[in-house]
Amino acid sequence: MSTATADHHGPARGLMRWVTTTNHKDIGSLYLLFALIMFLIGGAMAMVIRAELFQPGLQLVDPQFFNSMTTVHALLMIFGAVMPAFTGLANWLIPMQIGAPDMALPRLNNFSFWLLPFAFTMLLSTFFMNGGGPASGWTLYPPLSLQMDAGFPFMIFAIHLAGISSIMGSINVIVTILNMRAPGMTLMKMPLFVWTWLITAYLLIATMPVLAGAVTMLLTDKFAGTSFFSAAGGGDPVMYQHIFWFFGHPEVYILILPAFGIVSAILPTFARKPLFGYSSMVYATASIAFLSFIVWAHHMFTVGMPVVGELFFMYATMMIAVPTGVKVFNWISTMWRGSMTFETPMLFAVGFIIMFTIGGFSGLMLSIAPADFQYHDTYFVVAHFHYVLVTGAIYSIMAAVYYWLPKWTGHMYDERLGKLHFWISTISVNVLFFPQHFLGLAGMPRRIPDYSVQFADWNMISSLGGFVFGLSQLMFVWIIFKAIRGGRKATDQVWEGAQGLEWTLSSPPPYHSFNQPPTVR
Amino acid sequence: MSASSRWYQLLLALFSLNAGTAVADYALNMTQGVTRTSQAVYDLHMIIFWICVAIGIVVFGVMIYAMFRHRKSRGVKAAQFHESTTMELVWTLIPIIILVSMAIPATRVLLAMEDTSDADMTIKVTGIQWKWKYDYVDTEAEGLSVVSSLHPDHNEARQLGADADLTVFGDTYLLDVDNPLVVPTGKKIRFLLTAADVIHSWWVPDLGWKKDAIPGFINESWTIIDQPGVYRGQCAELCGRDHAFMPVVVVAKEPAEYAAWVAEQKQAAVDIANSADRVWTKAELMAKGEAVYQTNCAACHQPNGQGLPPVFPALAGSAMATAEDPAAHIDIVLNGKAGSAMTAYRDILNDVDLAAVITYERNAWGNQASIVQPADIKATR
Ligand code: HEC
Ligand code: HEM
Ligand SMILES: [Cu+2]
Ligand SMILES: [Cu+2]
Repeated sequence: MSTATADHHGPARGLMRWVTTTNHKDIGSLYLLFALIMFLIGGAMAMVIRAELFQPGLQLVDPQFFNSMTTVHALLMIFGAVMPAFTGLANWLIPMQIGAPDMALPRLNNFSFWLLPFAFTMLLSTFFMNGGGPASGWTLYPPLSLQMDAGFPFMIFAIHLAGISSIMGSINVIVTILNMRAPGMTLMKMPLFVWTWLITAYLLIATMPVLAGAVTMLLTDKFAGTSFFSAAGGGDPVMYQHIFWFFGHPEVYILILPAFGIVSAILPTFARKPLFGYSSMVYATASIAFLSFIVWAHHMFTVGMPVVGELFFMYATMMIAVPTGVKVFNWISTMWRGSMTFETPMLFAVGFIIMFTIGGFSGLMLSIAPADFQYHDTYFVVAHFHYVLVTGAIYSIMAAVYYWLPKWTGHMYDERLGKLHFWISTISVNVLFFPQHFLGLAGMPRRIPDYSVQFADWNMISSLGGFVFGLSQLMFVWIIFKAIRGGRKATDQVWEGAQGLEWTLSSPPPYHSFNQPPTVR
Repeated sequence: MSASSRWYQLLLALFSLNAGTAVADYALNMTQGVTRTSQAVYDLHMIIFWICVAIGIVVFGVMIYAMFRHRKSRGVKAAQFHESTTMELVWTLIPIIILVSMAIPATRVLLAMEDTSDADMTIKVTGIQWKWKYDYVDTEAEGLSVVSSLHPDHNEARQLGADADLTVFGDTYLLDVDNPLVVPTGKKIRFLLTAADVIHSWWVPDLGWKKDAIPGFINESWTIIDQPGVYRGQCAELCGRDHAFMPVVVVAKEPAEYAAWVAEQKQAAVDIANSADRVWTKAELMAKGEAVYQTNCAACHQPNGQGLPPVFPALAGSAMATAEDPAAHIDIVLNGKAGSAMTAYRDILNDVDLAAVITYERNAWGNQASIVQPADIKATR
């Protein structure tokens, strides 16, 4: 069924279309393109890191530059790649999934996107300033972060801009979801991607101002003579860490909740079976979001908290594994006795479940405070968060792109290449990150450009995996490019088992998604 | 384990293109360490690890079974069930039970680790960009102070880039220092950790923990080492450019040997104090100064005195280092410069070292200015 949406006005022409657009699909595409560019730049930085770590000894870069590589790599990947990619997906999909013509606040939407290129250009420009780019880790712990030279205020301002962009994007998501649903689309009928984004948007609005406050205090500590984080002036450097992680832990869930929504959309399609435990999925998402606010200090077990505090944060962190487990069990029950096929989106979704769960296991290990005294700040933590972020968040984004690309472009992507991309990525990403568990356990700290000789072998293997993984992402770019240019025509439903409003629209969908609200049974 | 480790070795053989850096043993797991604490931590690690493995086998097993059996290509027709409150309860409650049973031993170990009471001796650990300083606070070693930096040979090797031959260092590349921390075996040692500039983290895997060293705050931790030996670790918290180059080396000695070491160190301290009272020749000061400079200052101001402007100023040709009156020069080295990476060296270096390094800076790399005597430093303090 294709809805009667006459295109009463189409897109403007030329470059100005993209600058002035208020259309949710155009803005969604802009976000996704931006995220892809940031992913490639951040990925290039990761290649520098892995090249330096290929062998012990300092071969390629200065340690200070190495530190700014790890710092900016993380900032780009988190704030420039994963978050904008999810926002891009939200823009494309939420109106189509709830039966709305567009996002509720289209001009705000344009503004929140266009802040980003400026923010990240400014961040990258610090490399050309006195003293170079930020090199204190993405966590920007003072006093170290205050030793940054001329680029410091520019970096802070870039974070502010990215934060404002996220907050505005989130307001738009919430207003759209709460006001623009088609008649009959009750909250408990919404697709899980919409649900997870609704909750993510609240997390963003609650935590981004906290980050903004923390980095503003850094700014005044450096330039206005305040001593929020300087013990010499009566302040407390650990306070920064509390504030940062009060933002930072919910942030890691901001990076994964939409992924849960994506996987919950893809599995039922390719298992040809409804999602198992829809309502428990919603409740699990909500309880993860709640718990994410009371576990922040598990990033700080070694700062010397009172033992009662350490116990509290240990127990709370262990608790968060419960709703996370519920999600995994529900997904597997969805697959159970389905009629499965394994097209590329399904491969990425299945890969997500397995490898995200591995990251969850190492998370559970890290939550044991006494053991974390050994794991903390080692490559074990690096392995943990790359399993949840690369094979978690990024895999879900790739799954989503393969899943909805035919809908967006009207063309099927090259299935053979897509599968090849999955297999090369999955093998190489495990060669890249699995040995990092061993390195961390054997005693290799994170954020170091040179290391002792007994870590040489696993580092070399890890680097080789890294180079293959990095290069294989160029395939991804090529596959997308090819599908935009042409390819087999996609049907409206695209996938045999696909359910939901977006699949009732034509492929590609009309410029304004639903001009007449569809009826939801 | 042995089958899988053989498999790993095969993989390694395939990947180890560079035989020069390949070392025979591949550490795959956390060390059991040499203290009761590190053993307890290792045990916790292994319990939670095997719990994860067990859950993983069940979960992935079911999943993989489904992926092979419940395929469209096998003609399976999809079932349509999509809810079961019983199942939801089961997979909420079972994990909770597992977690509680894990939390109990974890709590016990944590409480023991945080109990620093009844220590036999106390050592203050100060993290400084990029070295460690150890002050013996009590017992017969009271007043002893050790500054511990990356061993000069390693420091030199790491600057050589691709030309360095690291094999000569065996497994200790970057894990060796000039002056290790020496402690007695069998004694409960309480550590007080702090920092002079930025946050560092003091970590020796064999002791089973790391603890942050935070400027302006004092953290506590403890250990009892039973076996004599050399235990190595390094700073674990990013602390700037040379974070990778501030190792920790703890040498545990039998009490008698330890007592001898303390006596020797005390004598050396007395000798230094005495030598500070005599007048030093320029040649003596320059020779000592160069050594002090290379271990303490070269990381920022560079071995050739050119610094890394604008972050680290050049000393070659600097107005301060060539001024006739050394007062300002002495002041910045003694007291550091607030809000910059230049730390105060008054508690890190003794009078002789300070006089020597300042003299060196004033007369190396083409600089020409007056020399500074240990007595001048003593007077300025
Ligand atoms: C962690 C990096 C670092 C180390 C190590 C370091 N310095 Fe400095 N030093 C600095 C910085 C940064 C400045 C500039 C301070 C300012 O003026 O803001 C500086 C300034 C100085 C100056 C003043 C230079 C001028 O012309 O104004 C002298 C002299 C000096 N350092 C001597 C030393 C000596 C002697 C040592 C070793 C005992 C040393 N520094 C170790 C970072 C360092
Ligand atoms: C089962 C759920 C999880 C648990 C119990 C858990 C636990 C932890 C703990 C205790 C740490 C601190 C380790 C240390 O620094 O010593 C940590 C670090 C981290 N986790 Fe998780 N985690 C979980 C899931 C996730 C998810 C879903 C994400 C994001 C998608 C994530 C991202 C991260 C990141 C980025 C860090 C490192 C931050 C940094 O220090 O730079 N984790 N996790
Ligand atoms: Cu966290
Ligand atoms: Cu450090």
